[in-house]
Amino acid sequence: MTEYTATVTVRLKRGVLDPEAETTQRALERLGFDLDDLRSADRFEIDLDAASAEEAADRADEMAERLLANPTIHDYEVAVEDR
Amino acid sequence: MTVAVIQFGGSNCDRDSVRALSHLGIDAERVWYEDGLPDDATGVMLPGGFSYGDYLRAGAMAGRTPILASIREAAAEGLPVLGVCNGAQIGCEAGLTPGAFTVNRSARFQCERIHVRVENADTPWTAAYDEGTVLELPIAHGEGRFEADDDTYDRLVEEDRILLRYCDADGAVTDAANPNGSRANVAGVLGSRETVAVMMPHPERATLPDLGGTDGTGLLRGFERTTATV
Repeated sequence: MTEYTATVTVRLKRGVLDPEAETTQRALERLGFDLDDLRSADRFEIDLDAASAEEAADRADEMAERLLANPTIHDYEVAVEDR
Repeated sequence: MTVAVIQFGGSNCDRDSVRALSHLGIDAERVWYEDGLPDDATGVMLPGGFSYGDYLRAGAMAGRTPILASIREAAAEGLPVLGVCNGAQIGCEAGLTPGAFTVNRSARFQCERIHVRVENADTPWTAAYDEGTVLELPIAHGEGRFEADDDTYDRLVEEDRILLRYCDADGAVTDAANPNGSRANVAGVLGSRETVAVMMPHPERATLPDLGGTDGTGLLRGFERTTATV
């Protein structure tokens, strides 16, 4: 078994309104920053032991499917690295 | 006949719901989620509140508790289930109803009285009304914006499963009357059976006459119009 950290990034699907990101963007603009757009995402860092990076990714993928993301509004991606 | 009002950590409309149902002569009792779905339940109400602090997403945690699996099975057999506010978010997270309720367009918590139009009067929840009836109901939510992808939304319309839409006092469904940016002003939808419904407005807060309006009464009476048991 190897120690891995699986990082699950959950973000809203393109086209789904993100009022919090819009509010954040406006706040940055009020501070004088110039930007075209801003998107936010949730990032989960999951430490786990697995036989291979593939297995670690599969397990993190299932976690995203079953809880971390809501498929109605979210896309997600999984990245695995040794810990 | 006893409606089980499911109480999670952070529910806060469970007592109000029992009181409103009792006022209508509908037997109801609170059930702690860990105690499981009672065998004699003739209906389930998922009340409003902030179960598990809205961690991750509103309703995400409660929607994955074992009692929701029991409720899903019972609902598939015809047990009436009504989810209100956080209960609606839980219903969608648990897959009882399609779509999702997410952050309001305003990015703020909104507590106000709104109007909704009955879009389908051929359900237990809306049989007291006619199609097009306008109800005045309270909302109180930060994550009430209904979202569904095009296929899901089209299917809901085709199958007549949009229950309520936000409208103005005259029943016109306009963007100005949409308090939270919900897709096509959707305020409530049906599950795969018409005995399962979720909605963001609070009928239990518009049932006792002292609270300034009783337009929600008919929605709660849906529990009287179905006879299924667990």
